[in-house]
Amino acid sequence: MRMETTEAVTGLRTEQRLGLLRQMILIRTFEEAILREYHADKSPGFDIGKGLVPGEMHLSAGQEPVAAGLCAHLETGDALTATHRPHHLAIAKGMDLRSLAGEIFGRESGLGHGRGGHMHLFDPSIHFSCSGIVAEGFPAALGQAFAFQRAGTNSVAAAVAGEGAANAGPFHESLNLAALWKLPVIFVIEDNDWGISVARDASTAVPSNAVRAAGYGMPGIRVEGNDVEAVHAAAGEAVARARAGGGPSLIEVHTLRLWGHFEGDAQGYRPELAGVPDKDPIPAYRQQLGDAGLLSDADAAAMEGEARTRVEDAVEHAKASPTPNPAEALKYVFVEGE
Amino acid sequence: MGATSNATAAQTSLPVEPDAGTRRLNTAKALQEAIGSQMEQDDSVFVMGEDVAAYGGIFSSTTGLLEKFGPDRVIDTPISESAFIGLGIGAAVEGMRPIVELMFVDFFGVCMDQIYNHMAKIHFESGGNVRVPMVLMAAVGGGYSDGAQHSQTLWGTFAHLPGMKLVVPSNPYDAKGLMTAAIRSDDPVVYMFHKGVMGLAWMAKNKRSIGAVPEEDYVVPIGRAKVVREGTDVSIVTLSLSVHHSLDVAEKLAGEGISVEVLDLRSLVPLDREAVIATAAKTGRVVVVDEDYESFGLSGEIAATITEHDPTLLRHFSRVCVPDVPIPYARELEYAVLPTAARIEAAIRTAVTA
Ligand SMILES: Cc1ncc(C[n+]2csc(CCOP(=O)(O)OP(=O)(O)O)c2C)c(N)n1
Ligand SMILES: [Mg+2]
Repeated sequence: MRMETTEAVTGLRTEQRLGLLRQMILIRTFEEAILREYHADKSPGFDIGKGLVPGEMHLSAGQEPVAAGLCAHLETGDALTATHRPHHLAIAKGMDLRSLAGEIFGRESGLGHGRGGHMHLFDPSIHFSCSGIVAEGFPAALGQAFAFQRAGTNSVAAAVAGEGAANAGPFHESLNLAALWKLPVIFVIEDNDWGISVARDASTAVPSNAVRAAGYGMPGIRVEGNDVEAVHAAAGEAVARARAGGGPSLIEVHTLRLWGHFEGDAQGYRPELAGVPDKDPIPAYRQQLGDAGLLSDADAAAMEGEARTRVEDAVEHAKASPTPNPAEALKYVFVEGE
Repeated sequence: MGATSNATAAQTSLPVEPDAGTRRLNTAKALQEAIGSQMEQDDSVFVMGEDVAAYGGIFSSTTGLLEKFGPDRVIDTPISESAFIGLGIGAAVEGMRPIVELMFVDFFGVCMDQIYNHMAKIHFESGGNVRVPMVLMAAVGGGYSDGAQHSQTLWGTFAHLPGMKLVVPSNPYDAKGLMTAAIRSDDPVVYMFHKGVMGLAWMAKNKRSIGAVPEEDYVVPIGRAKVVREGTDVSIVTLSLSVHHSLDVAEKLAGEGISVEVLDLRSLVPLDREAVIATAAKTGRVVVVDEDYESFGLSGEIAATITEHDPTLLRHFSRVCVPDVPIPYARELEYAVLPTAARIEAAIRTAVTA
């Protein structure tokens, strides 16, 4: 019933729906692999600096519907700026899994040759970037949109960040500027209810960031239910508007942080913790497509198998890649020869 | 601004660097204790920042305070650093004593205007008529692969800008005494704690992150360095986590007959220039160990301090700092640029040949 309603609204073809599921499964498979690798060698006791994947690790499990629904509308030439929690968006934007895994493992084969790490993924071939400073990606997305506009292309820029980031100054400055100059930007807020340990209600004075859009002169919509097809529909409209010169839009998606803020977060502050796994959007969507007769168990298993093959290849490749040479620690501060 | 006068009067009555006693705490607990004790005594003190309440601070600077003082005095904020640091300034101007946490010092970029143009300048611009008795507390430092935006110390950047005091404890005793002094100070004080000195369960730590701390309140005066190890051949001038590494190296080299003095600066603003000059005069060889970027910073300031006093004082000067590169993520690269024990030891061995 719900499926039919959505279908009526979104008009998605079967392949598109299977594509959304496939994308979400790929992302989840990747995040599960990183989760496994991250914790594999941090014992006894948890030491954040230890192991093949050290440092803070912010995984995106539960937020796949945002990435899949949005990126289905983005071309290679469109830009995307993300946050400290970037893997889902990087993968959905089309990042090469080996280059992504290589960076997470801090290897020469990584996108930044191990200089950046998982919060600092820069892939110019797909116009993807992210940053560990909350709300830092909004202004850069404006600039990319500005460049596209000046170049006379119809490329767009999407800027994705959490509901916590929507209380930071750069978000508000960017909304105004994007609307003022009619820049082809899609602002996407991932409301996962939490900014680390601070509940959304304790940080945000309005019930929905979508209402803030009006204050800056752009359309705003809130997508409930972590529903990938609803995200797909909202993003489709916003991207089309931006491409057609209609200026920026804001989409807030009520999504889910399935795991901790970062790995090692015991989440004692989170009262709803026990019920969180039941809200996992992937089994729900899989069930939905199965019930609609679009997907058999064997089809789903094939999707999972394919994802596993790709992800394990990326992880194995990363592990087999050379670590950076300490003698080159000062490299890349400036352009060579400048 | 009535609330300020009480606390100021109380400051003079506290013991100054009393005997440490035998009770042992880690740095995080010592810091929490200082804040808690001042909150008990002075209603105008409150704590504010991201994840300082239920979470207890990402690096445990405020653990247990919410349970003791409630959400009116231990306050989680939105991710709006300009607004809540600015709010701290306004509250301080009206006589409150805010302790505001900037989660990582690296995030100063989004709120530095409030810090250096406002917090640091109000007393001066008002001709001394307005005080800003506020503490800005921030975690600093690297060593655990947190990358270029979460691993910096940046104390040289803050110390460069006039109008804010700056303290950087390396151990539990100083952490408590300096926080107590910072809360009671009528000036804005930036309090930087290295994540690696806190004694956190989930991070590699040096034995010096646990140490003896008196139960009673006391102050470590802001602006006073401390010789933490006496020596005669070469002086290490350092601070924060690098004190731990420097002491390790000094202990090791003592076995070879190399006598290393270690000066823990503890405060950068004001800088205890006398103590710097004294150790330089004593050994004639100075190695500055500084987990901040090398150029235009603390290490150069130490050299200038000694040289301006007496250009003939030194036979050797060198520095072990982060070369001018953002902190890399990969462990192999990060440890190539951090002031590790190995780099410190090599510098000492070179110094003693001079
Ligand atoms: C300017 C700045 N302030 C604080 C932080 C620390 N921090 C990192 S992630 C985060 C919470 C972000 O919450 P949200 O935007 O909702 O994203 P989520 O983690 O939920 O995906 C905070 C406070 C930061 N990285 N940058
Ligand atoms: Mg969030």
